[in-house]
Amino acid sequence: MTFSRREFIKWASAGAGVATLAGCATAGSGSAGRVVVIGGGYGGATAAKFIKLWAPDIDVTLVEPNEYFVSCPISNLVVGGNAQMSQITFSYDGLRSRGIRVIRDTAVAIDAEKRQVALAGGQTLPYDRAVVSPGIEFMFDQIPGLKSADAQSRILHAWKAGPQTVALRKQLESMRDGGVYALQIPMAPYRCPPGPYERVCQVADYLKKAKPKSKILVLDSNPDLVSKKGLFLAAWNGLYKGMIEYRPNSEIADVDVKGMTVKLQFDDVKADVINVVPAQRAADIAVRSGLITANNRWCGVDWTTCESTAVKGVHVLGDATLAAPAMPKSGSMANQHAKVCAAGVIALLKGQPVNTDTMMMNTCYSFVSGNSAMHVASVHRYDPAQKTLVTVKDSGGVSSAASEIEGAYAWGWARNIWAEALA
Amino acid sequence: MLRTTTFIAVGLAGCVWTQAATAADPVYARSLAATCFTCHGTDGRSVDGVPPSLAGQNRDYLLKQMQEFRDGKRPATIMHQHAKGYTDEQLALIAGYFASVTPGRAAAAPAAR
Repeated sequence: MTFSRREFIKWASAGAGVATLAGCATAGSGSAGRVVVIGGGYGGATAAKFIKLWAPDIDVTLVEPNEYFVSCPISNLVVGGNAQMSQITFSYDGLRSRGIRVIRDTAVAIDAEKRQVALAGGQTLPYDRAVVSPGIEFMFDQIPGLKSADAQSRILHAWKAGPQTVALRKQLESMRDGGVYALQIPMAPYRCPPGPYERVCQVADYLKKAKPKSKILVLDSNPDLVSKKGLFLAAWNGLYKGMIEYRPNSEIADVDVKGMTVKLQFDDVKADVINVVPAQRAADIAVRSGLITANNRWCGVDWTTCESTAVKGVHVLGDATLAAPAMPKSGSMANQHAKVCAAGVIALLKGQPVNTDTMMMNTCYSFVSGNSAMHVASVHRYDPAQKTLVTVKDSGGVSSAASEIEGAYAWGWARNIWAEALA
Repeated sequence: MLRTTTFIAVGLAGCVWTQAATAADPVYARSLAATCFTCHGTDGRSVDGVPPSLAGQNRDYLLKQMQEFRDGKRPATIMHQHAKGYTDEQLALIAGYFASVTPGRAAAAPAAR
């Protein structure tokens, strides 16, 4: 699809304003279309880059409220004192130098009829295709004691990397030797299935060195470890023997911030540092734009292009999507969504055939200590009969054991996936 | 080398029947190779060479490695699990894509200022 005269006239006659007209004039010269990407995380930043890389004649605008990209993967190592924030914090300058327009603002509405995105700052961005990679929002309403901003500043999630990562690290540094760190894990699906268990390892690594009398209490809503069970238990029963107590089926009912207590259904648990990862849903822009299709939480997509099943012309990526079977909510998966989406958006804008033999793979590393890691991997292929991605028989699996060589591969994975998104 | 080539030819012949439209499409090969970029870098150019760059590698060599990973002939931490997810035809297209890319290392993601 090219930027048509009809489109221009529609906008001009709608009185869309000087800013819009100026934008069109720029976009009009040889542009194969305008794509607005909402959200500059693993999904959105990677999609923006690959649309521009594979089709330089498409105008790409990325809308992201944060000045910097802060990586969730590796952020558990910051909590454990095995990495620094500076190692996981990056600028969007690499995307700017590729000719992508990066706007620091928040998208507040998508008008799919008029094909425009409204920003909090008042600007309106017209698009031919929109890509929404909004990430997750926490369902704080399920935990009454955590509704206030004050409560949220004292009982942290640290499940979006950034200031909370640093704050949780400080809480651990301030904890007395002999204290209890409690981590409450939501029912799956949530962002990064192995992440909570990796965090337990990282906190244990720190406490073992700095405060060896301390204990870790894992309050898991799930009936068992959700990911890499044998490998994590090997670390907990080996490296960190005697430090970690695991309690399955421990769904949270509430918290008492003053009493530093987690209220479970039949039990109250006190701790010195309480870390609650609340249940999650697709972030607000997905709700307001009618993209949610499942359980009031997730966005259904056509996996050959990542186009929304609810709203035409809008593609959804990353953790906000209703996952295909056995597909984790991971940075790796968002990276794969982004490239499938980029190819799909380009084909649709240019009237070319869409590839329907979609392949995606997932690779997630978890660190059990400062330098030893293990992986879980899977390969997914589109099944036209089921109209979804299914795992390829006999593919995928986990490490035989955590190792330092996989620790090196994990850092290599991180550097390459960061460059995929931002360089 | 000769045996490998024959094997690919047979593999391709078997798949052409169902995948003719996609196999001829360079975008399909790129999409398959893009699944590898996540760990090996955009276009197979790894930022610091770990895991190794694939860009500009010999096509037959790459294909042979992936088949040996898949068949358990070459030990691996993870590659055997990935290689089992692709058909011979797909592995050949992936190898062909990386062989066609100019070798080099990718720039790292820029640090915050």
